[in-house]
Amino acid sequence: MTFPSIIGTETEYGISIKNVKEQDPVGASLLVVNSYKDRDAERVVWDYDQETPMMDARGFITEGETSLLKEDDNSVINDILINGGRYYVDHAHPEYCTPECTTARDIVVYEKAGDLILDFSRLNAEATLPAEQEIIIYKNNTDYKGHSYGSHENYLFPREIEFQDLVDGLIPFFVTRQIIAGSGKVGSENNTDPADFQISQRADFFETEVGLSTMVARPIINTRDEPHANDQVYRRLHVIVGDSNMSEFSIYLKIGITSLVLRLIQKGVLKDQFKLIDPVSDMKKVSRDLTCRQKLNLNNGLQQSPIELQRSYLDLIHKFIPFDQLSETDQDILSKWDFTLRELELDPMRLDQHLDWVIKKRLLEAYTDRHGFDWKDSRVRMIDLQYHDLRPDKGLYLRLLKNGRIVTIVNREEVVEAITQPPTDTRAYFRGTCLRKFTQDIYSVSWNSMVFCIDDSALDKVFMDRPHFGSKALVGDLLNCDSARQLVEKIRLANDRLDQVGDLSPNEAGGIKDVV
Amino acid sequence: MSSDEHQEQEEKTTQTTEQQRTSDTENIQPDTEITEKGEEIKDDLDRLLDEIDEILEEDSEEFVENYIQRGGE
Repeated sequence: MTFPSIIGTETEYGISIKNVKEQDPVGASLLVVNSYKDRDAERVVWDYDQETPMMDARGFITEGETSLLKEDDNSVINDILINGGRYYVDHAHPEYCTPECTTARDIVVYEKAGDLILDFSRLNAEATLPAEQEIIIYKNNTDYKGHSYGSHENYLFPREIEFQDLVDGLIPFFVTRQIIAGSGKVGSENNTDPADFQISQRADFFETEVGLSTMVARPIINTRDEPHANDQVYRRLHVIVGDSNMSEFSIYLKIGITSLVLRLIQKGVLKDQFKLIDPVSDMKKVSRDLTCRQKLNLNNGLQQSPIELQRSYLDLIHKFIPFDQLSETDQDILSKWDFTLRELELDPMRLDQHLDWVIKKRLLEAYTDRHGFDWKDSRVRMIDLQYHDLRPDKGLYLRLLKNGRIVTIVNREEVVEAITQPPTDTRAYFRGTCLRKFTQDIYSVSWNSMVFCIDDSALDKVFMDRPHFGSKALVGDLLNCDSARQLVEKIRLANDRLDQVGDLSPNEAGGIKDVV
Repeated sequence: MSSDEHQEQEEKTTQTTEQQRTSDTENIQPDTEITEKGEEIKDDLDRLLDEIDEILEEDSEEFVENYIQRGGE
């Protein structure tokens, strides 16, 4: 049996308000997140009981503070969306998490829906401010002064695979994946070697190979072991090494090729054959090599360029994953990966309608050529930042898109629909549909649970420990009822057929567990 | 597998790879087309550069300096 593909992304956005005396990013983020409403109802709170962010994949728990919020604060910070995703304030940034998806294409749709949600929120929030104040939201990862904020990817993965196999197989892949997934950046940060322009926004911030932290001494492989699902069966690979992408093509390939490499690791064929001698400094080296051809030193004495290393992974997938196990989307991803590597070999600038870093480089070069500016000019840095601006009239990526200068993967209609419709093939369907139909009877939500509170009676907690269950096919009939009370009763009665309707239970046999 | 079969298999593989290459390289056009495409891109870019001059945040020096975020994640 093929292990189910479950993927989700988290995006932290940069935020700034024009014409204020003092920037208050926490206040601005709260304003923006609270200016969005996808249904007419009180907010549901986020259930932090289900979270274990300090659990380390290497088999231990790190001491640290976990946040438990008062109910009022909780609903001010959190919004759980009827598309199954989550929208909240994380530290000093608005953050959007896609619902659980099964394909790279769906991730593109739901990530782009998130960008629209942020822009709607911005417009609503701005209407409450004095006329001269403007809110600007950037989908990027740095303020260019050493402060980075994240773009995280999550992939469900079988528990039985050795974590070391993930580390060995993924480090060389991630170090070189930037040539496809980088968003481009003017300058350098974090005491790294100078650069006029580099491929990745985030490469300068990675200082270790493996670790739990996401905020300091960032690791190429993050060990957070919090599957938000049955932890006997699953682990979640929490990838923090990527950039936020504007380009749909970059998102699609980044997510698609990573999913395929994870399948390769599950087959046990990757191991440490591409082990790099110095991956941490290679991260920065690759980011600064705009030809993508400079050789990296491997432990086995060989040298390979980033393009060659990516090609090696692609070849192994062709060799070890049988054709009949590749979906149409998988095949499309492999073909686009191959196309991208061949174009990069010929001349990376051929991808100036596909990859963020190349699109941005083309734009910056044209601008500096026209005006004779050098790379340190503030207008050049402004273009870099404004490329990520989510305002349709001001954002430079969005202007290029409007002018037909960008290759796309999905269409606008499906993105707009994804603002209010959950994916139909994961538990996000159950979550999103319940929130749409029965919000007033839901007390709290987490990724793998939902607490109903009907007429102020005892709370009923429904666990959803298998993310590929809870789909329309499995729970469509169950959700076909007029009230939450009816739904809860149906689930209770369905105890003996829970295996059919989905894993809405804390264990294989259970049903609803009364928590009060 | 006999050596004949093996050869046949290899030929098939080569054929498929070549077909794949051909279909995937449709974007690589003859020189004149590349020049025309290049001109088109340049015109597009010129238009966008005109737009950028209009929409770029004013006081970019100050704006970029004041854009300070807290680290996240």
